[in-house]
Amino acid sequence: MSYRILSPVELDALKEVGNIGLGNAVTSLAQLINRRVSMHVPRTCFLPYEEMINMIGGYEELVGCVSLRVLGDAPGMVLYVFNEESTYRLVDMLIGAPVGTTAALDEMAESAIKEVGNVLTGSFISAIGMMTGLNMITTVPLFAFDMLGAVLTSLMVAAGRVEDQVLVIETELFHDLEVQIKGHFFLLTEPGAIDRLISALGVSGGGSENT
Amino acid sequence: MEPARAINNIVEIQVGIADYKTAREPARLITLGLGSCVGVSLYDPALKLGGLLHLMLPDSTQFTNVTKPAKFADLGIPLLIQEMQKEGASPSRLKAKLVGGAQMFSGLDSKMILNIGQRNVEKARQMLKEYGIPILAEEVGGNRGRTMIFDTSTGQVSIRMLGNKLKVI
Repeated sequence: MSYRILSPVELDALKEVGNIGLGNAVTSLAQLINRRVSMHVPRTCFLPYEEMINMIGGYEELVGCVSLRVLGDAPGMVLYVFNEESTYRLVDMLIGAPVGTTAALDEMAESAIKEVGNVLTGSFISAIGMMTGLNMITTVPLFAFDMLGAVLTSLMVAAGRVEDQVLVIETELFHDLEVQIKGHFFLLTEPGAIDRLISALGVSGGGSENT
Repeated sequence: MEPARAINNIVEIQVGIADYKTAREPARLITLGLGSCVGVSLYDPALKLGGLLHLMLPDSTQFTNVTKPAKFADLGIPLLIQEMQKEGASPSRLKAKLVGGAQMFSGLDSKMILNIGQRNVEKARQMLKEYGIPILAEEVGGNRGRTMIFDTSTGQVSIRMLGNKLKVI
């Protein structure tokens, strides 16, 4: 399989796009729940998808995952993955319950998470679209709460052809300055989509094909 | 993650996504986190020889560039049968078990893009039928992820789901 090696300049440009997209996403979230929310991004990187499984904690780790398909000029899929604990805290935050209230997911909790996933990933993608001038649309969110390996492989298959490398943005959400919700944002792209993003940003050059 | 490790002197061999492995007793073949993917175990009880395949998609003919045949039911199952024959298995003795093929996601879009689990199971059944290999047991469908552990000493398959007891088929 072949994949593209990005030059440092290209990688920086993509990281910047990611950061601006997330900034936009957090503002939308704060408006949705009408509370102060801040986000810290410990790291952004490009990884082969098998490494992204190990990064979160292994194939059998219980996770919540919201996913949306991205259509338009740079098609692919965007995922937001939380571990078990962070999934419950996210629900607490959304429904305005004290931390620790949620300990299992019911239908209401699921739809709350889908909504937040929709808002976060939707505004993330629309920020990228605005910055690059590319047409990017997201579909309705899907949600799963199960083994990480099962969730991710099912998505990869459903996405069809995606590149082996995935843009990973590690995030920490805070609200009221104390509650921390750790999540990983993934952008899976169809072949050619990353190139289109990069050339739309006007930083193309220095990358190479690797087989 | 180690591809093989020993617990109580029984070797556990891990089968990755879009891959297959064979082993003789007392080894265990294990594949983690099957979602819409399907795990196919084949067993020759006379030799206590087992094979396990982790397939992702039903049909390779829809793809122009096939880099990993074990990814597909239509190519992976014949490959596994061949590999077991090389190791002395007789196709007439082989017995199969199927695990996985779940629908992991809930949401409006799910019907449109995610009936792959079911199609994987159907294609696997069809391929096994063509080779005349009986399916002794199945644990397929539903909406849960599964880990499949295949004991080559007994031919038994154990299934692990989060929050559930181990189920043996």
